[in-house]
Amino acid sequence: MNQTADSVVDQIEHEHSHHGPRKGPLRWLLTVNHKDVGTMYLVLALVALLVGGVMALVIRAELFQPGLQLTQPQFFNSLTTMHGLTMIFLAIMPGLTGLANWMVPLQVGADDMYWPRVNNWAFWMLPPAAIMLWIGFFMPQGAPGGGWTLYAPLSSTYAPPSIDWVIMAIHIMGISSILGALNIILTILKMRAKGMRLWDMPLFTWTWLITGFLLLLAMPTLAIAVTMLLTDRHLGTAFFDATNGGDPVLFQHIFWFFGHPEVYIMILPAFGIVSEIVPAFSRKPLFGRTSMIWAVIAITFLSAIVWAHHMFTVGLPVEAQVLFMYTTMLIAIPTGIKIFNWVATMWRGSMTFEAPMLWALAFIFLFTIGGFSGLMLADVPADYQYHDTYFVVAHLHYVVVTGSLFAIIAGVYFWLPKWTGHMYNEKLSQWHFWLSAISVNVTFFPMHFAGLAGMPRRIPDYPLQFMDFNMISTVGAFVFGFSQLLFIWLVIQTIRGGKKAGDRPWDGAKGLEWTLSSPPPYHTFTEPPSRQTIHDEGPHGYH
Amino acid sequence: MMWKKLLLALTTLSTAVVAAAQEEPSAFNMTRGVTEVSRDAYDMHMLLFWVCVAIGVGVFGVMIWSLIRHRRSRGAKAAKFSENTVVEVVWTAIPVLILVAVAVPATAVLLKTNSPSPEPDVIVDVHGSQWKWEYVYPDEDISFFSNLSSSSRDASQLNAEKSPADAPNYLVDVDNPLVVPAGKDVRLRITSDDVIHSWWVPQLGFKRDAVPGQFNNADIRIDEPGTYRGQCAELCGSGHAYMPVVVEAVTPEAYNEWLAQKKQAAAAEAEEASGPWNREVAMAQGKKIYDSACASCHQANGKGIEGTFPALEGGKITTGPVEGHLKIVIHGSEKNPVMQAYGDQLSDREIAAVVTYERNAWSNDTGDLVTPEAVEAAR
Ligand code: HEM
Ligand SMILES: [Cu+2]
Repeated sequence: MNQTADSVVDQIEHEHSHHGPRKGPLRWLLTVNHKDVGTMYLVLALVALLVGGVMALVIRAELFQPGLQLTQPQFFNSLTTMHGLTMIFLAIMPGLTGLANWMVPLQVGADDMYWPRVNNWAFWMLPPAAIMLWIGFFMPQGAPGGGWTLYAPLSSTYAPPSIDWVIMAIHIMGISSILGALNIILTILKMRAKGMRLWDMPLFTWTWLITGFLLLLAMPTLAIAVTMLLTDRHLGTAFFDATNGGDPVLFQHIFWFFGHPEVYIMILPAFGIVSEIVPAFSRKPLFGRTSMIWAVIAITFLSAIVWAHHMFTVGLPVEAQVLFMYTTMLIAIPTGIKIFNWVATMWRGSMTFEAPMLWALAFIFLFTIGGFSGLMLADVPADYQYHDTYFVVAHLHYVVVTGSLFAIIAGVYFWLPKWTGHMYNEKLSQWHFWLSAISVNVTFFPMHFAGLAGMPRRIPDYPLQFMDFNMISTVGAFVFGFSQLLFIWLVIQTIRGGKKAGDRPWDGAKGLEWTLSSPPPYHTFTEPPSRQTIHDEGPHGYH
Repeated sequence: MMWKKLLLALTTLSTAVVAAAQEEPSAFNMTRGVTEVSRDAYDMHMLLFWVCVAIGVGVFGVMIWSLIRHRRSRGAKAAKFSENTVVEVVWTAIPVLILVAVAVPATAVLLKTNSPSPEPDVIVDVHGSQWKWEYVYPDEDISFFSNLSSSSRDASQLNAEKSPADAPNYLVDVDNPLVVPAGKDVRLRITSDDVIHSWWVPQLGFKRDAVPGQFNNADIRIDEPGTYRGQCAELCGSGHAYMPVVVEAVTPEAYNEWLAQKKQAAAAEAEEASGPWNREVAMAQGKKIYDSACASCHQANGKGIEGTFPALEGGKITTGPVEGHLKIVIHGSEKNPVMQAYGDQLSDREIAAVVTYERNAWSNDTGDLVTPEAVEAAR
C-alpha cells in the first residue's frame, strides 16, 4: 500500500472524529449529533415539566378548599386536560427519548443513530407541536377541557375549536415518536458493535428496543382515533355520534388500544434505567437478567390485550369484563418478577446510596405501591367503585410520577457526570431527593383516601368531607413543585463546573459508556469497541 | 424489639382502618353501603387490600432488611450470584396462586352483580344531560329533572359571597331526588341525551356510565330507607361537578304516597297548562322551567358565566327580536352544542313561558308576552 495515501486517509478520519460541534446558534437547529439531539429532548422535557407543573399547581391551589377561588370550571377542565397531555407527550416521552438518544448509541458502541438527519427532524417537530397544543389557552373559547383521554362526543362535537389544534399537535407528536422509535430500533439492530449479542445488551437498551416496537403499534392507533374525531367534527362522519348512528364507546376502544400500551411506553424504559442503577450501586450483577428481559416482553404482549380495563363501567358484556379482568391481573406477574429481581440484586450486595440509587430505590418502593393499586383496580366489582375517582388519580401518579419521572431523574443523576465531566453537588442532591420523596407522598397518598371516600376525579370543587385530604395534597404538591427548582439549579451548576468526574464515576457501573472519557468526545465509537471491551463491560464481565 | 414495635404499629393501623370502615360512609375507606352489590365490592376491596399489605410486608421487609444489612458502610462484601432457579420459580408460582385466589371470588361477585333480576318491581329511566339528571318512571307517567340545589349553586360560584359551609350537603344536594322503595328490586335504565355521564352513588355500590344511544341497566335493591348521595363520575363538561345524584329510599307505603302526590301535582300542572294564558301565568311557569333547565349555565340571576355562558340579562338575543330568541331555544345554538335544542324537550307552552320569563326577568323589561301559538309557528 502506498504510504502517503494511507496517512492521508488516516488524517481525514482523525479530523472527522475529532471535529467538534458547529459554531454559532445554528448548531442546535441543524445538529445531527445524537448527543446534541438527546440534550435538546431533555431540555424540552424539562420545559414541559415546568409548564405542566405550573398547571398542576393551579389545579391544586383551586382544590385547596371547597368553593371556587381561582378558576372557572371550564378553565379548570382545560388545565387538567392540558396538564395530562403536556406531561405525557412533552415531558415523560421526550425525557425518555432524550435519554435513549444519548445513551443507546453509547451502550451499543455505535457512532451515532441510524438516521441522524431524521433524528433532528423528529426532535424539531416537537416545539411547533407544543405551541399547537397550548395555543388553545389564547383562543376565545379556551383550550379543550375534555380530559387527556379525549372521549367523544365531549371532545368531538362538543369541543371548542382549539381541539383541532390539539389533534394536529397529537398527529405531529405521533409522527415524531414513530420516527424516533424506528431510529432507535434500527440503531440497536443494525449498528450494534460486532461481538455484542442481543442478549448481552444493557437493560436500558433492551427496554427501549421493545418500547420502540410498542410505539409502532400504539401511535398509529392514536392517530386513527383522533382523525376520526376530526372527521366527525368537520366532514360529517358520525363514528362517535349516537344521534346519527355512531357509537361513543367505539372511541374508547380505539383510544385505550393505544392508551394502555402508552402507559407501558412510559414505564418500560424506566424499568431499564432502574435495572442499570441498582446493580451499579449494589456492586453485583443484575439478578435474573434473562427473566427480566422476558418479563418485559411478556408485559408488552399483555399490554395490548388489557385495554378495556379502563372501560369496566361503560356497559360491556359481562364475559368481556371477566376476560379483561384476567388479562389485567396477569400483568401483575411479570411486573412482580421485575420487582423481586431488583430486590434480589440488592440482596447481599455492597450498597451505597448516592443520588441515582436513592431515586431508583424510591422508584422501587413507590412504583410497587402503584402496582398494588393497579391490582386492586383490576378487580371489576371493586373497580365499579374505584373507577373515575381520586383512587385512580393516586394510582396513575404513583406509576407515572414516582415511576417514570423518578426513573428519569435517577437516570439524569446517573449519567450527568458522564455527559458533563463534572460531579453534581452531592449535598444539594440529597436535599432534592428527600424533599421530593417526602412531598410526593404527601401529595399523592391522601388521594387514595379521597377516592375511596367517594371523590370523583376531574372536578374543580367538592363536597366538604373531602377537604382535609385535598388540603394535605395541595401542600405536598407545592413543596414537590418547588423542590424541582433545586434540580434545575443542580443540573445547571454541574454543566458549568464542579468536581471532575472520572471516566467511571461509579465504581460498580458496567457498560460501554463508562469506557469513554467524561465528557465523551463529540463523536464516539468511530472506532468500534473491541470484543474484549464488550465482554468486560457486559453481563459476563463480573466474573 | 424492633419487630414488636412494627407489629404493634401494624395492629393499631389495621384496627383504625377496620373501625373507620364500620361507620358509613367512611371518611377514608370505601363505604360498605346499603346494597348487596356495595357490600360485595367492599369485601373484595378489603380482601385485595390485605393481600397487598401482605405482599408489601414481604417484599418491603426483605428490601429494607437488605438496605440495612448489605451496605458497604457496614463492610458488606458483594456476593457474585445472579440467578437461582428455585427462587425464581417460587416467586412466579406464589403470585399465580394469589391471583387465582383473588380471581375466583372476583369472578363470582362480578357474575352475580351483572345478573339482572328477573322481574324488577320498579323501573326508572335515568337520563344524564348537561348538567342535571332526568328521572322517568315509564310505568307511572312521571318524569322530572333533578338539579343541583340552589343553595349549593349559589355557594359554588367563583368567589361567591356564600360559603360552601353554609350550603347543606354542599354539591351533593338536589331539588328533586330520585325516590325509590326500599327492599324492592329497582331497575335503572341509564342513558344520556348529550355527552357521556356516569351515575354513581357510592353507598349503592356501583357506577354506570350514561352513554348516548345506549341503555345500561343497573339493578339495585336498597335494604334500608335513607338518603344516599353521590355525584356524576364521568367528565361531562364545565358542569361536571354540579350534577349530583341523590336517591331517597323510602318504605313502600311512603313510595306509593309519593307517587300519588307526584301524579296529583302533574295533573294540577296539566290543568294549569290548559288554563288562560297571561303574563302572570307565563312568568310563574317560566321561572320554574328556567330554574331547572337554564339556570345551570346562565345562572339564576341571568348573569351567566363570563367567557363561557352568555348573560341573558341585557343579552342581545333576550332583549332583541322575539324570533331570534325562539330560534335559539327551539333549535339550539349553531356555534355551540352546549346550548341544546329544547324544541324536543319542552312543549309549546313551556317554551312560550320560559322565553317570556327570560324577556321580562331581572332588569329585562321588553314587556313581551310570547304565546304558545307563536312557538308552534316558529318550530
Ligand atoms: C400491575 C400493573 C398495573 C395494573 C394491574 C394496572 C391497572 C389499571 C387499571 C385497571 C386502570 C383503570 C382504572 C379505572 O379507570 O377504573 C388503570 C389506570 C391507569 N393506569 Fe394502571 N395498571 C398497572 C400499571 C400501570 C403502569 C405501569 C402505568 C404507567 C406507567 C399505569 C398507568 C395508568 C394510568 C395513566 C391510568 C389512568 C388512565 C386514565 O383514566 O386517565 N398503570 N390501571
Ligand atoms: Cu391500562
